[in-house]
Amino acid sequence: MVTLTHFLILSFILFSIGVAGVLLRRSIIIVLMSLELIFNSVNISLAAFSYYLQTLNGTVLVVFNITVAAAEVAIGLAILVNVYRSRKSINVEELNDMRY
Amino acid sequence: MEGFPVLSALILSPLIAVIILLFVKEERIGLIRAISVVSTSICLILSFYLLWAYDKVKGGYQFIEKVEWIKSLGVSYHLGVDGISVAMVVLTSIVIFTGVFVSWVGVKHRIKEHYIFLLLLVAGVFGVFESLDLICFFLFYELAVIPMYPLIGIWGSANREYATMKLTLYLSFGALFALLGLLSIYFVSGAQTGVYTFDMLEIAKLSFDGSYQIKVFLPLLFGFGVLVPLAPFHSWSPIGHAAAPSAVSMLHAGVLMKLGAYGIIRAMWLLPQGAQFWMPWVAVLSLINIFYGGMVAMSRKDMKFMIGYSSSSHMGYVLLGLATVNYIGVNGAVLLMFAHGIMTALAFSLIGFIYDQAHTRMMYDFSGLAKKLPFVSIAFAIMGFASSGLPGLANFVAELMVFIGAFKDYPIQAIVAVFGIIVTATYMLRCLRDVFFREPQDKWDHIKDATTFVERMPFVILIAVLLVVGFYPAIIVDIINTGVVPLVDRVNAVPLG
Amino acid sequence: MDIWALLIIPLAAALLITLVTRKNEDLSSFISIGAIVLCFFIVFPYLLKMLGNPHMEALEQSFTWLQVKGLTIEMGTIIDPLSIIMLFIVTFVGSLIHIYSRGYMHGEHGFSRFFACLSLFIFSMLGIVLSNNFIMIFVFWELVGLASYLLIGFYFEKASAADAAKKAFLVNRVGDFGFILGIFVLYYATGTFNFIELGHIIAAGKVDSATLGLAALLIFCGAVGKSAQFPLHVWLPDAMEGPTPVSALIHAATMVAAGVYMLARASFLYSAAPHFAMMTIAYIGGFTALMAALLALGQSDIKRIIAYSTLSSLGYMVMSVGVGGTSAGMFYLTTHAFFKALLFLGAGSVIHACHTNEIWHMGKLFPKMKVTAVTFLLGSFAMMGIFPFSGFWSKDEILSAAYNADTFLFGLGVFTAFITALFMTKLLLVTFFGEKRYHGHPHESPGVMTIPLMVLSVFAVFAGLAGLPGLEPNFGTFIGGGHGHGGEHHFNYAVATISTAAVFLGIIIGYALYSKKDMHEDILAVKFPKVFRVLENRFYFDYVYDNYLVKKIYNGIAKISNFIEVYIIINFILNGIAYITRQIGRGLRLTISGQLQHYTLVMVGGVFVLMIIFVIF
Repeated sequence: MVTLTHFLILSFILFSIGVAGVLLRRSIIIVLMSLELIFNSVNISLAAFSYYLQTLNGTVLVVFNITVAAAEVAIGLAILVNVYRSRKSINVEELNDMRY
Repeated sequence: MEGFPVLSALILSPLIAVIILLFVKEERIGLIRAISVVSTSICLILSFYLLWAYDKVKGGYQFIEKVEWIKSLGVSYHLGVDGISVAMVVLTSIVIFTGVFVSWVGVKHRIKEHYIFLLLLVAGVFGVFESLDLICFFLFYELAVIPMYPLIGIWGSANREYATMKLTLYLSFGALFALLGLLSIYFVSGAQTGVYTFDMLEIAKLSFDGSYQIKVFLPLLFGFGVLVPLAPFHSWSPIGHAAAPSAVSMLHAGVLMKLGAYGIIRAMWLLPQGAQFWMPWVAVLSLINIFYGGMVAMSRKDMKFMIGYSSSSHMGYVLLGLATVNYIGVNGAVLLMFAHGIMTALAFSLIGFIYDQAHTRMMYDFSGLAKKLPFVSIAFAIMGFASSGLPGLANFVAELMVFIGAFKDYPIQAIVAVFGIIVTATYMLRCLRDVFFREPQDKWDHIKDATTFVERMPFVILIAVLLVVGFYPAIIVDIINTGVVPLVDRVNAVPLG
Repeated sequence: MDIWALLIIPLAAALLITLVTRKNEDLSSFISIGAIVLCFFIVFPYLLKMLGNPHMEALEQSFTWLQVKGLTIEMGTIIDPLSIIMLFIVTFVGSLIHIYSRGYMHGEHGFSRFFACLSLFIFSMLGIVLSNNFIMIFVFWELVGLASYLLIGFYFEKASAADAAKKAFLVNRVGDFGFILGIFVLYYATGTFNFIELGHIIAAGKVDSATLGLAALLIFCGAVGKSAQFPLHVWLPDAMEGPTPVSALIHAATMVAAGVYMLARASFLYSAAPHFAMMTIAYIGGFTALMAALLALGQSDIKRIIAYSTLSSLGYMVMSVGVGGTSAGMFYLTTHAFFKALLFLGAGSVIHACHTNEIWHMGKLFPKMKVTAVTFLLGSFAMMGIFPFSGFWSKDEILSAAYNADTFLFGLGVFTAFITALFMTKLLLVTFFGEKRYHGHPHESPGVMTIPLMVLSVFAVFAGLAGLPGLEPNFGTFIGGGHGHGGEHHFNYAVATISTAAVFLGIIIGYALYSKKDMHEDILAVKFPKVFRVLENRFYFDYVYDNYLVKKIYNGIAKISNFIEVYIIINFILNGIAYITRQIGRGLRLTISGQLQHYTLVMVGGVFVLMIIFVIF
């Protein structure tokens, strides 16, 4: 029997992997992908809640989230391409222009 | 013109011009200038219409427009003018109209952006003078102050970054206090009646507790006083004048500083007993403005700084006039706001005209310019004499009324104030002597006089206004008086317990 | 309505010249001359009418100029014997000087500007004369100051002229400071600015005498400035930097006399003011008269000598007002206007011929310039007060008024008369007689200049007869007629004898000192070098004013204020606050690495901390 807890554990694992990816990886692409992981972990828990609580609110939010995530990725990749064009690098550590 | 929203049109005319300008190509300088001229001439015409159509017999607030805006908070778009506002609106439209022509001559790069910010600023100024809603008032106030930052920062002269930073910080700081005061009035009045509203006319119907009025008048006085500028919080203003391009200096000294005084007038109106308590202190502080400001002006060699400090000295007379809280003094103060606005706009446009060609404003660098620049010299002399209160020019009438009004209750202040016009005459005449008289120098042979129509127009208009009001002050005093009488009556109605 | 025309015509002329005809010099000068002559022909019928009926009511016309609740300011004119005399002087002497100027200023740069300024001056001066209230007189008072500033600074390229103009304006401002305060005191005591109403209120005794004394002295400050009385006399000699016709018109005949005119106009105040106030005024006048006469002895510039004599005459007039002889003062003002204008124009003619102001570079001009010399001689005799020239009659009235009031002042007056005779003799001898010391070929001035001289000399000689005792109406009764006091004057033989003796003594000593041949510098300078140096340096008044009052105190305060502004307020307090803020920011910004992952780490850490707090509590 798959219960809500299983879904939440899955969501937690995906979320943790995502956070670790965002914190530890140096490539922006990986960071973006990790962000997607975080997003989807949230989506899973939303869908799960929606199912077990028998309301549609969560499902609606999931669809909304997917849309926003798509837009965000589009913008993120666009910025990424431009960063690569000007820097010839996608290493996060080298993008420290906002320093003091 | 019955039913035509004149006041909204005054605000919208520059705003629409701004929107049109956004779509005009940078290179089409002629079109950009034409749009600015057209929009400001509409303002000029409308404001003269106001002057003509305002019913002096009826008095009070006229041309009222009211649209609900944020109903739940009691905010509305509420405009209306009384005699004092009409005078200020006329002043603003004259200054901006001439300012556009001064920029025509003076501004050489990023012309489009310059006009956009200039017109934004003016829309804000009109809004402040016309608002009858505290939130509208405050929003327009910020709209008038914020464009100063890019205007000075981008088109300014020496030390502009420092000046613009200082100015913006100072004014935001002041505005913060003013906002606190306004919000306090909102909540207290709402608690009193149960209806939360920012409508000034509604709030003015209430009478607040005396001790509350005294408490809340202070942040308003300080907040608006910074913009006046009330000594000792004045030091943003001279350097702001000095660094700003000519047209911005004109608006800054001619109109923006009056916003502060106008704010104080509105605060007096809302909180009459607070005014009764604090105005004697303003009378004392105004002495610092008058005397100290004048003395600093006297020892300055940079012409713009000199005029800058002299402005703060003259605004001291305005404060003194307001502090008298009698008909004569307050009428004088408002007329002086008008007259000083015109006179100081003339001063900055003239100095800018010389600076653009000579690239220096130091008096000791010049001599004998009168030979080369007869027109500018005459205009400058008229400005100097207006500033030092020569009869026949508008400032004299205003200062005379301030003196007569002040002499009754504040004889010592009046004596110092009268002495102040000797100080003013001293530095103005010294400047005339140093810059325009004496032996001409070869190195200034390249400087040209104002000869073309566009060059001369602003000077001629401003001088004409000074002369007309100086010879026949009733033209504007009659209308100011209709606004001043209820204000003074209201402030003096309930004596301070 | 024709009275307002007196103001409109000269103003219109000034504007017309400035805006339209300035390029056409001849036309400009004709417009200006035409304006003043027209004014003269408006005034003259009024004078005749008044002379026929001296007791007629004063004509007043006024309109509201400015009205706010609680304050009404009117502009209005008044025509009475006092103003009609002054109008006559201004328009008549003014006309002659305008005509003279056409010759004198010929070929100068700024010829049109000169005439525009003259018309502006006439406008303002007529405004003072016609005023029926204190605010209006103050308005025009300032405007004559402006005209005077512009005309003194006519040669603005000369630093000395620019300085003199500035000095004149500012010193006058100091006087006006008191003047306007006096007007306020009077206004708050009575509630009106109007002369006639003020006269009624004060005559009814509704104002207490301390207030009257204060107002009298403060308003007198205005006259001290404009009529160059001690201690504000320093601007008048410097004002000689202006063209000579200006000195004649403004700084001798009319504007400087405006102070005396104003005092006469406010005679309702001064006849009611307490004794000490009047004595202060009288002594200031007497002291100025004596001091200026002494200073005139030490000068060698022809215009400056006459300028100091003007100061001395003004002192006489003020003294006369102080001792209660207002009509005597006005009489002296009238005769003085003629003979002093004559002397200045004569001096102008000499300067025009010799191209120098230095009297030690002239000498023996009599044969070369007969008309100028003879008219100058007549003017000098009038100035010295020799019987029967005009100065004799007017000076005599003042001296007898002083004699009746205060013996010391009378002595002062007589001594001044003696000194005046002395330096006028010196001026005459050194300039026109003695030895030839000039260079070049001086010649008589053209007719446009000499005819005004001749006309003026007629008046300088005979104007005094207007005050002949027993004549009905004579000057005193005419002026007094409107007011009913200060009228009758009885000829006092003792006074006349004493003053005439003093004058002749002065002439004799002067002749003895200055008639020697081969003299190239002042004999007094040789005999009493120390005293002479003090005189030459104007008793060090200017020195003290410039170096201590202005440089040390006035500019000192300005410097201190500037120091406070720049170093304490801006650099210390404001920039200090900014500095502290910046330092704090500098410390905090070290936490900003620019590494995205550092920020995220902090965020995640924060979430952890919050979670722990949530779990524990």
